[in-house]
Amino acid sequence: MGRKGLDYEDLNENVKKVQYAVRGELYLRASELQKEGKRIIFTNVGNPHALGQKPLTFPRQVVALCQAPFLLDDPNVGLIFPADAIARAKHYLAMAPGGLGAYSDSRGIPGVRKEVAEFIRRRDGYPSDPELIYLTDGASKGVMQMLNAIIRNGRDGILVPVPQYPLYSAAISLFGGSLVPYYLDEEANWGLDLVNTRQSVAAARSNGITVRAMVIINPGNPTGQCLSEANLREILNFCYQENLVLLADEVYQQNVYQDERPFISARKVLFDMGGPISREVQLISFHTVSKGYWGECGQRGGYFEMTNIPPKTVDEIYKVASIALSPNVPGQIFMGLMMNPPKPGDISYLKFATESKSILDSLRRRAQIMTDGFNSCRNVVCNFTEGAMYSFPQIRLPQRAMDTARSAGKEPDVFYCLKLLEATGISTVPGSGFGQKEGVFHLRTTILPAEEDMPAIMSSFKKFNDSFMEQYQDYSKL
Amino acid sequence: MASTVAVENLNPKVLKCEYAVRGEIVIHAQRLQQQLQTQPGSLPFDEILYCNIGNPQSLGQQPVTFFREVLALCDHPYLLQRDEIKSLFSADSISRAKQILALIPGKATGAYSHSQGIKGLRDTIAAGITSRDGFPANADDIFLTDGASPGVHLMMQLLIRNEKDGILVPIPQYPLYSASIALHGGALVPYYLNESTGWGLEISDVKKQLEDARSKGIDVRALVVINPGNPTGQVLAEENQYDIVKFCKNEGLVLLADEVYQENIYVDNKKFHSFKKIVRSLGYGEEDLPLVSYQSVSKGYYGECGKRGGYMEITGFSAPVREQIYKIASVNLCSNISGQILASLIMNPPKAGDESYASYKAEKDGIIASLTRRAKSLEDAFNKLDGITCNEAEGAMYLFPQLSLPQKAIEAAKVANKAPDAFYALCLLESTGIVVVPGSGFGQVPGTWHFRCTILPQEEKIPAIISRFKVFHEAFMVEYHE
Repeated sequence: MGRKGLDYEDLNENVKKVQYAVRGELYLRASELQKEGKRIIFTNVGNPHALGQKPLTFPRQVVALCQAPFLLDDPNVGLIFPADAIARAKHYLAMAPGGLGAYSDSRGIPGVRKEVAEFIRRRDGYPSDPELIYLTDGASKGVMQMLNAIIRNGRDGILVPVPQYPLYSAAISLFGGSLVPYYLDEEANWGLDLVNTRQSVAAARSNGITVRAMVIINPGNPTGQCLSEANLREILNFCYQENLVLLADEVYQQNVYQDERPFISARKVLFDMGGPISREVQLISFHTVSKGYWGECGQRGGYFEMTNIPPKTVDEIYKVASIALSPNVPGQIFMGLMMNPPKPGDISYLKFATESKSILDSLRRRAQIMTDGFNSCRNVVCNFTEGAMYSFPQIRLPQRAMDTARSAGKEPDVFYCLKLLEATGISTVPGSGFGQKEGVFHLRTTILPAEEDMPAIMSSFKKFNDSFMEQYQDYSKL
Repeated sequence: MASTVAVENLNPKVLKCEYAVRGEIVIHAQRLQQQLQTQPGSLPFDEILYCNIGNPQSLGQQPVTFFREVLALCDHPYLLQRDEIKSLFSADSISRAKQILALIPGKATGAYSHSQGIKGLRDTIAAGITSRDGFPANADDIFLTDGASPGVHLMMQLLIRNEKDGILVPIPQYPLYSASIALHGGALVPYYLNESTGWGLEISDVKKQLEDARSKGIDVRALVVINPGNPTGQVLAEENQYDIVKFCKNEGLVLLADEVYQENIYVDNKKFHSFKKIVRSLGYGEEDLPLVSYQSVSKGYYGECGKRGGYMEITGFSAPVREQIYKIASVNLCSNISGQILASLIMNPPKAGDESYASYKAEKDGIIASLTRRAKSLEDAFNKLDGITCNEAEGAMYLFPQLSLPQKAIEAAKVANKAPDAFYALCLLESTGIVVVPGSGFGQVPGTWHFRCTILPQEEKIPAIISRFKVFHEAFMVEYHE
């Protein structure tokens, strides 16, 4: 046997095809520069605590008590933990035989899943079945499990919005499926364009692709747009007509910065529609503790809820979940707490509500500051961040910049973002990492830097942008 | 409207994979447990005893206090500002928590970390590996994962291109391997452990299986070794390990070393030697052999299954391959931070001289001693029964007794449309409430039957389990007597 070890050539081709720009070239370069001592502002990933957002106090108190139950036996515990945190820790420990250190049910602790179902019922006004709610180590694992179950081969297509969060494109590559893009309309604030979507499906089908599912990200990532109820009805009708599973990524449902289009879940709209459609459209809804105003990315807590999925399919999904044994228990408790937070009258309520409101209000202000800051640059057009955690400005680049980029072997937006990084330390993700129309360039940044740092960041950006434009100005046009 | 995700339209690899540890028997046990709650007294037993899964804390094993102190302080760092904690936490757990938080950018335990895990924690783990083996380990070679299992999946994803790519797997095996190979569309190439020699591994047998597979057009890519073994519990002899390493090098195989039970050893005449140490002892370096070593916080004496902490150490891979491994890890962003912290704690526990050392050592020794006693009690009990023989559990958390089933029992199983050992396990469950996993879930020499039983039920329950089991087994053998 001639082989020596494992060569790059011998790897699974699907693995090689995977791209995930959020931690790709720009991030790696930023990390290198950071090691060299440069101050870097990481705005490449929605990671609030990394940029100074503090954890909410109550959940941390509860999980700390669950982590060290011997504290509950100590007479002095009431000196440093409020009574309702103590009670809640006991509540979760009672639900989890063996405490935090035991594998739970592979679907997650039944009591926590009940709390999730209750949250959904309160939010939507329709009952939810805890048996159809599976907790996962972050929402991404649930997305991966679902796509892996659906994709049989390269002829199975998944409709994905462009721009999209590249977990979807990465997972589709990894599982050997086909990504069927549907373009969001930048001119209509990244609105859904169902005509375009229908065309995409028709084109895919004429190429022999069986379109199996449609992904919606609501609020959108990287685009932030919030779908209206009418949009959701259109989408659900479309999925019904075209026999598609709807994968509704709703992880940013608590991050909404305008009042015209509050968050409505796909499930609520489905049930509002009633009739056969409400019993037949297959829907998987995803949520997480990583976003919202909790921002507990490092806990890896998430869930998916299945609606109208046939029982035998649910059995198969359970089987796959069981191979991973169980999601991490502390993350499950974070999810329970998020679904069932302190209520008015609880000792911790005031502090919890104040902390939460402060974070959300600040996010709303930062969404505006950033949008305005980008729009103040002549060559930058930025749609307002209606929701989620990102700003996705369009950067109009002069021809000379694009030519210079290409001769350096780089996409123009990658080139721009690298220059931005080197000049200012601001680490963004080029729009090509998310998908965009041919010849139109963007970058994604987060709205997460501390509010007091925002003005300096935006002016640093503007200074760089203006000097970049100066440098690559098309003199023939003057 | 035809359902797009009806079972017939699902990924066939998902349909094909199986995982008996939480399979049919367990689902049935959960139903019976419900029945005990809604109709007490309706069954011949009053509790279900889960002996199917290596989940120590679910059966009463206590967590190591020091680890939980540190984790609690890291979960709620605000506590470190309060004087009162001095009366609630040991001084060294407080200083360890501070030291760990200082390694985390911004002390933010709620932030996604580097996709390989927090650098400072990887340094700690690398130092722990170095001190364990006597050979240096590198933080850049370590990938912290949500338990060891995701790391296994990652390597299977990387290695398996199509159904002609084969992975050598010991039989019996922990069915994560068969499941992940099926899920990623590869071929499982079995090599049989020898029950008559204490589940020994013969390299000549492995070579034969390899050549057999190759002659059928299978490109064999890797060899999985589980040491200490699961379900079999054997600890490999050092000479055996040398043979395995040389074999992998000569045949161009990636060595996947599942070492999650490295701290579960119950016999004095065997010691754990990591494959990394063996590889380096042979003078093999980065150029010679690709090796992935897995460790987990779920086992050992810490038994922290619910935390989902673990790591893989990858050595002997080229830079382009390492980049691909990193890339796949990055799609999931990172593993849970609390699990990462715990992984660093198990690889750097309290040392002699630390305030918590005495109590930590007492807890650790107590757990290992108890596991050793339980392994022996159950092994002896099984061996006393006619029709059961049971190899010693040198390590891990399981016994894997062999059943000599009478022909009548085998026929009854056939009628019930079950494998004979699954039939036996079901009868056992229904008579006694004891849940074990049929040997067919792990693989076994065709025509032989086994079951896997954990050694984890609390020590005071063991005599009752043994006597209930004995009553059942003897009645079963009488009922199906030729």
